[in-house]
Amino acid sequence: MSRQGTRLDTKNVNSELFTLTYGALVSQLMKDYTNVEDVNKQLERMGYNIGIRLIEDFLARTGSGRCYDFRDTADKIQMGFRIFLGVTPTITNWSSAGDEFSLQFESNPLTEFIELPDHCLNLKYANVLTGVLRGACEMVQMEVTSWFAQDQLKGDTVTELRVKFVKRLEDAIPAGED
Amino acid sequence: MTVHNIYIFDRYGTLLYYYEWNRLKQSGITREEEAKLMYGMLFSIKSFVNKISPLDTKDGFLCYKTSKYSLHFFETPSSIKFVLTTDVGAQNVRQFLQQIYSQIYVEYAVKNPVWQNNKPIKSELFKSKLDAFVKQSPIFVSKAN
Repeated sequence: MSRQGTRLDTKNVNSELFTLTYGALVSQLMKDYTNVEDVNKQLERMGYNIGIRLIEDFLARTGSGRCYDFRDTADKIQMGFRIFLGVTPTITNWSSAGDEFSLQFESNPLTEFIELPDHCLNLKYANVLTGVLRGACEMVQMEVTSWFAQDQLKGDTVTELRVKFVKRLEDAIPAGED
Repeated sequence: MTVHNIYIFDRYGTLLYYYEWNRLKQSGITREEEAKLMYGMLFSIKSFVNKISPLDTKDGFLCYKTSKYSLHFFETPSSIKFVLTTDVGAQNVRQFLQQIYSQIYVEYAVKNPVWQNNKPIKSELFKSKLDAFVKQSPIFVSKAN
């Protein structure tokens, strides 16, 4: 791929290309939809479609089996972020019931060059991630919801993605059997 | 040793893919019917096997064997079910199915942009890669050879 004598670090260039591509995607969505809420929704849907594929890749790479509990799930989600985005979020703020936790990002590769203009403060810029989590977990019989509790783009010190377990989805029963 | 056929089911029991190699005798019913019965049987075996297990099962149902053939079952955490029938002497088929999943299904079916969740796999590339992968494995040594 890279020619000899090139001083560019290919790995770094790829991640910047990825960041910029995502930025272009979001800004195009902002042009296509007048309503910021619609953009958030579209990003989430895109993420969902990514998630339902990504989970298969994750399972194939890690060979991991079913989770015993939600803490196990949290570890695997963390591992997923490391594999696919190269960042390791910290798992914190467990709820007492153990069905809710936060992923804290010191840096988010999606938002590296981003500054939100005033008119789109409601934009959840990295909302694609919530969709990815929903899609991926749904494929392994778990319904989760997630949302951004804190966001560096909005002046918070860290980016915090809160993940909540909703319910277990059951295997489908074939027609004619009970 | 030989491989007879493969079924791939999704979580709803849809037959995603079917292919046969050395299958000399047909069941005499349509493919759809056969797939439905196969899925129903696996579903029942799976749930009953777990029910009568003296200890909590981890993987549960793995395979069954008759005097003429073995049926091997591998299910991913995402509920994709791989079913391979071989002759009775085949070894390490479970590992082989795991490889089919990670090296063929994920690479050539899921990563294909036209892939749709829960729809049968139509990709020719997937078909030829799977065929080649099965044919090069030690489990597949055609009776003709």
